[in-house]
Amino acid sequence: MNSVNTTITSEVTQPDEVAVPVQESKPAETIIEEGKTVGKPYSDDPKFKLRDVEVFYGDAPAIKKISLDIGRNEVIAFIGPSGCGKSTFLRCLNRMNDSIDICRVKGSLQLDDHDIYDPKRDVVELRARVGMVFQKPNPFPKSIYDNVAYGPRIHGLANRKSDLDEIVENSLRKAGLWEEVKDRLDANATGMSGGQQQRLCIARAIAVSPEVVLMDEPCSALDPIATAKVEELIAELSESYTIVIVTHSMQQAARVSHRTAYFHLGHLVEVNETNKVFTSPEHELTESYITGRFG
Amino acid sequence: MTDQRSQAEIVRQSLKRRYRKERRFRAYGIMAIAIALGALLILFTDIIGKGYTGFVKTTITMDVQLDGEMMYLDDPTDERQIKMADFVEPLVQALIKEIPGATEDDRNQVRELINPYASVTLRDALKANPDWLGTTQTMTFLTHTDVDVYVKHAGDDAYSIKLNDQQKTWVDELLERDVIETSFNDVFFSGGDSRDPSKAGILGAIVGSLLTMFVTLILSFPIGVAAAIYLEEFAPQNKFTDFIEVNINNLAAVPSIIFGLLGLAVFINLFGMPRSVPVVGGLVLTLMTLPTIIISSRAAIKSVPPSIREAAEGIGASKMQVVLHHVLPLAMPGMLTGSIIGMAQALGETAPLLLIGMVAFIVDVPDGFFDSATVLPVQVFLWAGSPELAFIERASAAIMVLLAFLISMNALAIWMRKRLERRW
Repeated sequence: MNSVNTTITSEVTQPDEVAVPVQESKPAETIIEEGKTVGKPYSDDPKFKLRDVEVFYGDAPAIKKISLDIGRNEVIAFIGPSGCGKSTFLRCLNRMNDSIDICRVKGSLQLDDHDIYDPKRDVVELRARVGMVFQKPNPFPKSIYDNVAYGPRIHGLANRKSDLDEIVENSLRKAGLWEEVKDRLDANATGMSGGQQQRLCIARAIAVSPEVVLMDEPCSALDPIATAKVEELIAELSESYTIVIVTHSMQQAARVSHRTAYFHLGHLVEVNETNKVFTSPEHELTESYITGRFG
Repeated sequence: MTDQRSQAEIVRQSLKRRYRKERRFRAYGIMAIAIALGALLILFTDIIGKGYTGFVKTTITMDVQLDGEMMYLDDPTDERQIKMADFVEPLVQALIKEIPGATEDDRNQVRELINPYASVTLRDALKANPDWLGTTQTMTFLTHTDVDVYVKHAGDDAYSIKLNDQQKTWVDELLERDVIETSFNDVFFSGGDSRDPSKAGILGAIVGSLLTMFVTLILSFPIGVAAAIYLEEFAPQNKFTDFIEVNINNLAAVPSIIFGLLGLAVFINLFGMPRSVPVVGGLVLTLMTLPTIIISSRAAIKSVPPSIREAAEGIGASKMQVVLHHVLPLAMPGMLTGSIIGMAQALGETAPLLLIGMVAFIVDVPDGFFDSATVLPVQVFLWAGSPELAFIERASAAIMVLLAFLISMNALAIWMRKRLERRW
């Protein structure tokens, strides 16, 4: 790989919600090789094959030449300090960045060997295969039933009411919510607790039977008990889905993920098996981060 | 230690000043609200004080002898005879009988107490009941407007009483014996405009207003909402859409009389549509209301949280589905509120309608969108400019009716906002 040495001297500005705080205490002159990732970024039979991905907000680069494979039925966690580009990178995987006008994506992103950013690619079909759960629980202001049934309805997955009922029940069961809400499916979803809302959002995402579920800090608005429930759920879901989770909590990454990817200022610094990242990180930036020297 | 104390002292000093400032600011605020409320109070007392008599009518009840010979009528079913017959004479005779001391010589003075339209009422009654001929019936008629004014405003210098002393004595006597009575003015709500104040009603203007508002609503709401959705959700962000946005805002600030001129030039002169009709009025008011609706609808769409959009997009909803299933239902309360306020503005609009001829004197209640009509504020304008003082109280009464419509529309807007507003 033709890599260029770059010195990080200034922070990356990006108009996304993730603002970049300057890391005062970090080793200022640490050198990252662009496009070079230590650890094990590649796998043999990947679900996602991402090569030299670059993302720009206007002219400002937010992601710099990242290459990564995401395996089948794998749980991979993205960690890193605020503003490092992990959310931006995640949102490339189902083209949620499309709605941001000034956002441009370069490089090759493939899902099952098909290009995600192919202009002919139908984004609706892509998103039906790659579901997403957001940072803040965002149920529709409708009934619990309608929230879960919305996806199957618009995609025409159920022709009869009984089929739809079954999908709703199964999704809610998988999300561990069925016992709590089975008697009040007609109640408005906005009246639920934060943890329930987030599990409902997960149920809603898996109701369309996606192959991949992207989770953007799904527990950051939840209390520890609700977080534990969601983490349990992630462990169960990993049997049938590929899960990509962005998290600020290193403990969470350690608990739920198989592999962990460390991002720093738009670079993918290190990817490895989770316990390896947390016990013997190869890169000094990763070590600084997980030992709490910054971030 | 001393340093600290002095610092605390300084803070306490400045606190006093800050609180004083705060109190002063609060006083200004209360004053401003008091002025606004005071102005409103003056407006309402003035209008209600002047206008409540507009809701009262003065009637006279008497035994009318329907003598065929006196009326030159022997067959009430004969149209020609009915037209030629004398319906004033029985009324005059009946009233002379009611007034002690009045004789045949006073007939002209007696006649001046009866409303000119009373004979029409009598004719219609006889037409409907031909067998009444030759009998005596107890019937109630409107008094002459001069009597009406005298009964209501006897001691008021603002009104000139046109009755002479003899007539005043008679009216006082009849009032005492309850031959002349005042009651709720149903005529005001059941008829159109008239040259005679006692006979003038507001129903024509109300129906005209409703027809005009209907045209305005069915045109401006869908067009406004569609424009807002397109501009907010689908239009590309470029110089051209910026230009459109600036011009929509400009349009909202154009004086309404300009829209009237536009309507006159385009709808009436160019397209050859009839004058004074609710359709043209509605079209002109649509042009006037559109910017308001577009602006408020865009604000409502903007206020839909992006998380809802993201949620729907994340499941794979297409742009159209996101808009129709999520954005539109959530923005609807705001859109409706904006539209109702726009409609209330249009309801109170006078100037553009003057230019398209809705200021004509129209007696009949309009029975369609292409029938000549006037609207409530224009009716107020017409009556307020009349030389007859009796029209002034009608104008005030009409203002009250108009205000009632406006207040109920605004209340509806508030209620809808509270009712339909969803929390997320």
